[in-house]
Amino acid sequence: MYQAHDLGLTLQGKTLLHGIHLAVKPGAVTVVVGPNGAGKSSLLKLLAGERRPTSGCVTLDGTDIGTLAPAVLARRRAVLPQAAEVAFAFSVAEVVGIGLGASGTARAAAAIEDLLARVDLPGFGHRRYESLSGGERQRVHLARVLGQLAVGTTGAPRYLLLDEPTSSLDLSHQLLVLRLARAHAAEGGGVLAVLHDLNLAAMVADHLVLLAAGRLLAEGPPAQVLTDAVLARGFGVNVRVNTVPAGPFILPQSVDGA
Amino acid sequence: MSAQMRHARASGSGLWPTGAGLAGFAALALLAFFAALALGPVTLPLGRVAQVLLEGIGGHREQVGTGLRDTVIVLDVRLPRAVLGALVGAGTAAAGAIMQGVFRNPLADPGLIGVSPGAALSAVAWIVLGGSVAGLLSPEARMLGLPLAAFAGGLATTLLIARLAMREGYTSMATLLFAGLALGALASAGTGVLVFMASEQQSREFLFWTLGSLGGATWMKVGLTAPFVILLLGAGPFLARGLDALALGEAEAFHLGLRVERLKRIALLLVAAGVGASVASAGVVGFVGLVVPHLVRLSIGPGHRALLPACALLGAAVLLGADILARLIAAPAELPLGVVTALVGAPFFLWLLRRRAAIG
Repeated sequence: MYQAHDLGLTLQGKTLLHGIHLAVKPGAVTVVVGPNGAGKSSLLKLLAGERRPTSGCVTLDGTDIGTLAPAVLARRRAVLPQAAEVAFAFSVAEVVGIGLGASGTARAAAAIEDLLARVDLPGFGHRRYESLSGGERQRVHLARVLGQLAVGTTGAPRYLLLDEPTSSLDLSHQLLVLRLARAHAAEGGGVLAVLHDLNLAAMVADHLVLLAAGRLLAEGPPAQVLTDAVLARGFGVNVRVNTVPAGPFILPQSVDGA
Repeated sequence: MSAQMRHARASGSGLWPTGAGLAGFAALALLAFFAALALGPVTLPLGRVAQVLLEGIGGHREQVGTGLRDTVIVLDVRLPRAVLGALVGAGTAAAGAIMQGVFRNPLADPGLIGVSPGAALSAVAWIVLGGSVAGLLSPEARMLGLPLAAFAGGLATTLLIARLAMREGYTSMATLLFAGLALGALASAGTGVLVFMASEQQSREFLFWTLGSLGGATWMKVGLTAPFVILLLGAGPFLARGLDALALGEAEAFHLGLRVERLKRIALLLVAAGVGASVASAGVVGFVGLVVPHLVRLSIGPGHRALLPACALLGAAVLLGADILARLIAAPAELPLGVVTALVGAPFFLWLLRRRAAIG
């Protein structure tokens, strides 16, 4: 299990996170929601091991991840960044191949093509990364992190940390990403996703965490967290859950096959 | 974008297959090496060069007439110069490629951002201070310490630049270039002061350190430069995966399992070693570390596994070619090497920038 124990982060005198307890369980999708500046990305950075907490610790199966070698950690968890700019004109296949830690062999080429097909970018391998749209780039990185976990430690749950994985995607690809996250959990892996869209969060989460002003405000199954009262406290808006508006509205939940 | 351009851009990350590119660069390097042995005030046919070279390898030297002349020209005059040129070119270009990988920026050339001038300054300081603090150092110690001093100066400048331009894993391109220009100008000024204070034939020596030359090539210099360049090139394959991952960003490289700080430290140490040794024996030769990696990325793509050896090969070819021009253009006088590389490299680089802007 991936766990945060009493996690705190203070940067330049500003408290970004305070007293966070969190468990990312294998076989489940955990989603973090919250308003801008709530500390969602900071929390993800601490869980990824990219930044050390000011207080508390993050453990993977009971071991403080700060004591694990980066290479050991990388075989157990992969991180999808919000937006990654790639220096130099790498091809899409090369970017995905970096995740696999190999390229050039026929086996690697087949694995890369397979990963690209999973994120709906079949045949994109030879394209230049910098020629792609924002949404396509995001999916290239998703293919890369899926590949990183595929070649990771076998026999132990592997964890996928996703930082706003749907932010530049259209509706059908948002659902694709959620399906892949669910599939990873179904195979016994753990997923932690920071999401902006509460509907998507409600759809995909087994466990929903609401973060506001650096504190964990509420957590539990989506139906327990997404209530009028909790949302009013977390987001500072008066909203009525499950109320159907008069005009046309589109919910990701209503897409066929979602 | 036209369909044709889309197709051209879709053909992989480089214009040529990696193997073909490497073979092409190796052929160019070999060609330039033999041309460097054949061309000069006395031009020898390639067959004759090969013959003298083979005899030399077999330990045999022709002792009379034109045989003696050819042997002296090829084995004693041009061969050490060509070997030194190949080492300096390979080291400078590979160091440029590694530095650009660390800073994730194709403009991070050791010459452009002050590392080479920094190395030159400390090399000059070593010579001048080592000479004036008389009796402290034997001439041999002065000579042996020279590449080490240049290495230390290059390393100090590299670390200073890295500290100035990098913040939380992000390199500010503007700060990198402007701070580098300022440091480079400062280091060159310092070199000027030291040279003019200390030496009789001032302006000549100042030109050597700021514009470079292979004129003083000896086997001693070859022997002092080779270990550093071989270290740099030998370490290349071990850095390749890390530099590729670094292209995605420092946080991403960590997520992929790299010890990012250690990788950067080792890479910058190697850069300083390659640049320091090159500068100690040939002065500051600009543009090779900038243009060569750029050309190689265009032709075979940016993956570092092939990029580093390809840069070494093309760097050797380019530097030897430039040295041939430097010797021939104003023969019997010699142009400073850096003048030739700048004359060819600067317009070429501007053209590349324009072309890149037009495409992308």
